[in-house]
Amino acid sequence: MMTGAQILIESLKKEGVDLIFGYPGGVLLGVYDTIYDSDITHILPRHEQGGIHAAEGYARATGKVGVCFGTSGPGATNLVTGIANAHMDSIPLVVFTGQVATSLIGGDAFQEADIIGITRPIVKHSYMLTNVEETASVIKEAFHIARTGRPGPVVIDLPKDVMAAKAKFEWPEKVNLTGYNPTVKGHLGQIKKMLRLLESAKKPVIYMGGGVVLSEANEELVKFSEITGVPVVSSFLGLGGFPGTHENFVGWLGMHGNYASNMAVSDPDFILAIGTRFSDRSTGRLDGFAPNAKIAHIDVDPASISKNVQIEVPIVGDCKAVLKQALGEIDKFNWDKNASARKDWRDQIKAWDKEHPFDYDRTADIIKPQYVVETIYKVTEGDAIICTEVGQNQMWAGQFYKFKRPHQFISSGGLGTMGYGFPAAIGAKLGCPDKEVFDIAGDGSILMNIQELTTAVQNKVAVKVAILNNRYLGMIRQWQNMFFNDRFSHCNLECQPDFVKLAEAFGAVGMRIDRKEDVENAVRESLKIKDRPVFMDFTVDRNENVFPMIPAGASVSEMLLMKK
Amino acid sequence: MMRHTISVLVENKFGVLSRISGLFSGRGYNIESLSVNRTLDENVSIMTIVTMGDDRVVEQIIKQLRKLVNVIRVRNVSEMDHIEREMILVKVHATQRTRPDVFNIVSTFRGKTVDITNESVVIELTGANDKILAFLNVMEPYGIIEVVRTGAIAIGRGSKMTSEMK
Ligand SMILES: Cc1cc2nc3c(=O)[nH]c(=O)nc-3n(C[C@H](O)[C@H](O)[C@H](O)COP(=O)(O)OP(=O)(O)OC[C@H]3O[C@@H](n4cnc5c(N)ncnc54)[C@H](O)[C@@H]3O)c2cc1C
Ligand SMILES: Cc1ncc(C[n+]2csc(CCOP(=O)(O)OP(=O)(O)O)c2C)c(N)n1
Ligand SMILES: [Mg+2]
Repeated sequence: MMTGAQILIESLKKEGVDLIFGYPGGVLLGVYDTIYDSDITHILPRHEQGGIHAAEGYARATGKVGVCFGTSGPGATNLVTGIANAHMDSIPLVVFTGQVATSLIGGDAFQEADIIGITRPIVKHSYMLTNVEETASVIKEAFHIARTGRPGPVVIDLPKDVMAAKAKFEWPEKVNLTGYNPTVKGHLGQIKKMLRLLESAKKPVIYMGGGVVLSEANEELVKFSEITGVPVVSSFLGLGGFPGTHENFVGWLGMHGNYASNMAVSDPDFILAIGTRFSDRSTGRLDGFAPNAKIAHIDVDPASISKNVQIEVPIVGDCKAVLKQALGEIDKFNWDKNASARKDWRDQIKAWDKEHPFDYDRTADIIKPQYVVETIYKVTEGDAIICTEVGQNQMWAGQFYKFKRPHQFISSGGLGTMGYGFPAAIGAKLGCPDKEVFDIAGDGSILMNIQELTTAVQNKVAVKVAILNNRYLGMIRQWQNMFFNDRFSHCNLECQPDFVKLAEAFGAVGMRIDRKEDVENAVRESLKIKDRPVFMDFTVDRNENVFPMIPAGASVSEMLLMKK
Repeated sequence: MMRHTISVLVENKFGVLSRISGLFSGRGYNIESLSVNRTLDENVSIMTIVTMGDDRVVEQIIKQLRKLVNVIRVRNVSEMDHIEREMILVKVHATQRTRPDVFNIVSTFRGKTVDITNESVVIELTGANDKILAFLNVMEPYGIIEVVRTGAIAIGRGSKMTSEMK
């Protein structure tokens, strides 16, 4: 016989979990007593939000399920932002929350919160564990649900008495879920229909997204694009799913994407969308989005298909599996059918890109934030894992770093969670110790989970934080500048800590860089530090805006470009 | 905007009702009525949900329902040959003078009078949505004091289980 807590830890081992993030509390003491004896690595963040974002960063960087713990009440509610973030961006997580004893539930007991109720709209699924006998099977189900189909967070609430109760440990052979059975392979008839439409298209484009990264369909997609000769546009979260330096790669579309990508989706005759949810940030106003195109959409979640944009050829399935099927059929089609029209189309896209590439004033004397990102790209040879905070820093990270592979770019897309990047970087580095990991940060966002410096120092996590310090909530300032007549309401961050001293106070390395000529050297120096986090505080141009920009609710034709 | 009756077979698990009602409120779908009951299998419940929406909205509702792990089957019974019923209890003003008229209408609609006082009667009536609406309409001039409705339930015609029908 084992206690519920022991069964829980055994189950985690069966699932191959070797790293967990968690913060103890009253009702979890039994579980923590068991963790004390186990060989699973447990990382103590300094705030539960830091813990869950670290678990997300770990999941993003490794493709595995992230695991975190928080105690009942405030511990659990501190996890809510991370759960919502994982839900929006389809990040596989299993989140354990402490709960008061079953006999006390509903009585407003000390540190009681109905976390199942609170998180209901932001989980893929959740469980209240009420019977110790079900511990192993619930955990097995939770991991299965979190990682299969469209990934997402699963919450398991652990009442104190259930964790103390005893049962025999039996690891179930397989999960048995009548109502859950995601489709993996696509319908062959639909795949052929998609290929027929693609074959006869004259101005086709592939629009890929986060699903390609999640299913690691990058090699299949490269092959598919090369054989068919179809250019590839990515969403922001698709970055890394197709090599950023490949000649068929056009860039990323949407509010702050590049001109060529947005032009390419504004009037193609066919779009093959792969693993993307047509978010408003990527499509702009829908009537301006490919009004004359037929669209085929590969997505593992049927509810993503025809949700925002009407789809002619729905293909439900996993990106990788469906692309493999499509590659199996691909020789039966003639990809030279419209050779000359296709060539004109590709040339047109190249011309658009030449006309308005991602750009900035390279002659400026002060440090342009884009220059910092570009330098990091150069020094790391495009191989680092890049995490971001939210705001302008995040957009410039996407614009000026070219990604090679899936899981290389880690950013809060759907929720836009300030304070995500730094803990996510810690999780990513713990998951991929051999990779350089950067957090491209804003001076506002970094303060939202600054306490995680201690976590990084304690665990010798050598992440590099590049603060693009504009002493503004820059993205807010940009909107107030463009849409609110320069009425800069509460975006000024002139009062801020000395980030160098702050890093040092935590036991990390701090650097301040305020001259352009020192940027590269600072980045190179940071790479030499292997046992501690590094904070680089770059004093950048305060007034730089992110371009291009398609204002919210506008269409591609209203795109604002950088003044030359 | 069309009225759709959706039949949802769910696992009888913790919180399943709140997952479904929360899905509707969270995504801004409306619920005209919702009824939940046991089935022959004690581990399974059936919900009948009546909602209004255009085709795209209803398609999303069905897809979102299917995404829930505890949902076993979803059928838009409005799209199949089916029988739908609702029961209502209506309290209506009825004095000695108007009572005969009221009784007359009740019997035309094949309702039942289940309670009676000097000023009122309570009527029980079962039928499809249009019949219920027609009845309430006719009763209106007499003065309806209160209506309590079960919400619709529905079943497919023929020998197959509703959840197995195409
Ligand atoms: C300040 C800010 C600005 C932004 N600007 C932009 C912008 O300009 N452009 C832009 O594109 N985004 C932008 N975003 C991000 C945006 O909000 C969305 O997060 C993003 O567009 C979503 O991309 P996606 O749909 O490709 O990925 P996700 O949201 O990750 O969706 C993934 C899709 O793939 C499917 N899927 C998952 N796994 C699989 C699988 N194995 N097989 C098949 N399908 C699968 C899912 O069902 C889902 O439909 C911005 C965000 C912020 C915070
Ligand atoms: C938790 C949270 N609060 C508020 C916002 C709204 N918001 C988006 S960007 C931004 C400014 C971020 O400032 P900073 O981190 O300095 O980045 P910059 O834009 O200056 O690069 C704000 C407040 C948010 N995304 N997340
Ligand atoms: Mg800033």
